[in-house]
Amino acid sequence: MPETNGHDGKPASTGAPAGAGNGNGTTGGNGGGKVAAVLAGAKATQARAVEELKETIKAPEKTDVWKSVLRVKHDETPRSRALGVLSNVFLHLHPAKINRDAVAYNYTWGMGGMTFYVYITLVFTGTLLMFYYHPSKIVAFRDILYLESDVPFGKLLRNMHRWGAHLMVIMVELHMFRVFLTGSYKKPREFNWVVGVLLLVLTLLLSFTGYLLPDDQLGFWAVTVGTNMARATPLLGNAGPFGGLLGMTPYNDVRFGLLGGSIVDANALLRAYIWHCVAIPIIASAFMVVHFWRVRKDGGISGPAPVMLESEIKDVKKI
Amino acid sequence: MDLHQLWTIVSLPDNVPIVLLLFVVPFYTWYGMRQAFANDRLIAQLEGDPAMAKTHHRKVQPFKTGWAREVHVWPYLLRIEFLAAIIVTVILMVWSITLNAPLEEPSNPTLTMNPSKAPWYFLGLQEMLVYFDPWIAGVVMPSLIIIGLMVVPYIDTNPLGNGYYTFKQRKFSILTFIFGFIVLWVSMIVIGTLIRGPGWMWFWPGTTWDHNRLIFEVNRDLPDIFGISGRVGKIIFGAIVVGLYFIAAGIGMHKLIVKTPFNRKIYARMSVLQYTVMQVFLIVMLALPVKILVRLLFRIKYIWVTPWFNV
Ligand code: HEM
Repeated sequence: MPETNGHDGKPASTGAPAGAGNGNGTTGGNGGGKVAAVLAGAKATQARAVEELKETIKAPEKTDVWKSVLRVKHDETPRSRALGVLSNVFLHLHPAKINRDAVAYNYTWGMGGMTFYVYITLVFTGTLLMFYYHPSKIVAFRDILYLESDVPFGKLLRNMHRWGAHLMVIMVELHMFRVFLTGSYKKPREFNWVVGVLLLVLTLLLSFTGYLLPDDQLGFWAVTVGTNMARATPLLGNAGPFGGLLGMTPYNDVRFGLLGGSIVDANALLRAYIWHCVAIPIIASAFMVVHFWRVRKDGGISGPAPVMLESEIKDVKKI
Repeated sequence: MDLHQLWTIVSLPDNVPIVLLLFVVPFYTWYGMRQAFANDRLIAQLEGDPAMAKTHHRKVQPFKTGWAREVHVWPYLLRIEFLAAIIVTVILMVWSITLNAPLEEPSNPTLTMNPSKAPWYFLGLQEMLVYFDPWIAGVVMPSLIIIGLMVVPYIDTNPLGNGYYTFKQRKFSILTFIFGFIVLWVSMIVIGTLIRGPGWMWFWPGTTWDHNRLIFEVNRDLPDIFGISGRVGKIIFGAIVVGLYFIAAGIGMHKLIVKTPFNRKIYARMSVLQYTVMQVFLIVMLALPVKILVRLLFRIKYIWVTPWFNV
């Protein structure tokens, strides 16, 4: 067990009241003697308070508050370093120790990690953008104009969200490229690759649903072009193979379901907004949790592993 | 040479990611392949020297006996992560300060943008619309790409190259992936962004986007060339041609799959199901460049004409 701050019953070293100076006035006599006693008591208390304060500033890590937050003692020992990672909810996705070659940038290119980091910045900037945006045909475009001209740092906020989204798409693709080149989808990581493919799709969908939100010509036509494809879905689209035979019309096919109408209009804007700001982020976050968990459970990062030779291939069992 | 037009296209804020792609994709391909070749040299060395293979630590990274195999995550990994986070933040900040996100006129359903383009990462699919009907380019292909990617780990029976860069040990799969990713995905995006102009016509970089340009292309259907006119005749003819393509491509692929002794060894490890699934995806993937060539060389629009769908 890590050294905890007195949860084991031992009193902590500082901050424990000694109770000495607290009794002033209760036992004093009368008149000037009483006042003097009170003053003396106050002085003593003050001196102690200063003393305690000094100690706290000198060694804040010895206070109960500090210990309660960090839970373990931190010092310059390897054990403490390991605990620092293991006992932190954000860092404990990492093991305490890792293969010495795996930390080198050139193996993973850091792409998965950077994708995740860009995703975090997107969630952050996106949440701020939501304070200024109404998903309504009447004001959506004006909200963007307002954001760009009147909101402090509004333009920077929008730019960061936009370019961050592009960056994330590029990084996911490069991450996938790296995973392929290192053969990291092979046993036992097959399923994590599948989770990754889902994350790729979700990333593209996130970006695509966000495209419509400014309600400008660019987004409108891009989404029109994009969703027109849904019209051609075999069986389920009104213009797709066999769609007509199954009774598909522009008013009941998949495209209608996606847009909430037969054209890209107010309902489509609202749907894009909800998918973009609520539904897909939740789904994508859930898959990311699984993805990272699987990286750990599959034995950590796949390499750089020792190379294997052709002569060492083991035969598979044939049925 | 219309440099102004070129600059207008390249400097369009939403095209910046593609310009970026033009640099990062080749860079990382080189970066990965360089490590692959380094490992391949080591592999060749170890294969030639069994005694060395027994004792060597089998990595190109330096290692001396006595060095710890593992290092602490804090600080050795976390400091890199923090540094990467800071660098990404700085890049994103600088990019966002220097370049504004695009905002066009308010959306107007009565005023069509020409060209109206999908977001850049879907331009590969939009480019395919030139050669395929929307139900293929817009629905079937994305679905097949997603499923095809998902089955990759389950059909690749080559146990080598798990966790290290190598080319020699995985030639077939790496070349296939590079073909799919770089040739079919990235370069189609680049074409869609930089070359496709008004009316989705082909404008070489440096030529002016002429909104009045018309191209008179007479695209014919394959059955018409062969003088087949009946409805049923066309259905049967198209089915035969597509079937023949599948057989021919399948045989060709098979030849490729069992070309080298090493590939035959991997092939022997595959179950019938694995082999079939792999063949189907390879044949379908190959159909893309084949159809593109058929269109460009022979001006053929459809191969298989039916009342319900055209291929
Ligand atoms: C939102 C998207 C994604 C995020 C945030 C993400 C994040 C990560 C991170 C942080 C790692 C650890 C190693 C590294 O940094 O490279 C990782 C590993 C991995 N990722 Fe992703 N990833 C994403 C998408 C994908 C995609 C699209 C694929 C593949 C289709 C994929 C497949 C894998 C696999 C197989 C591993 C294990 C690699 C190994 O052990 O070497 N991931 N991912």
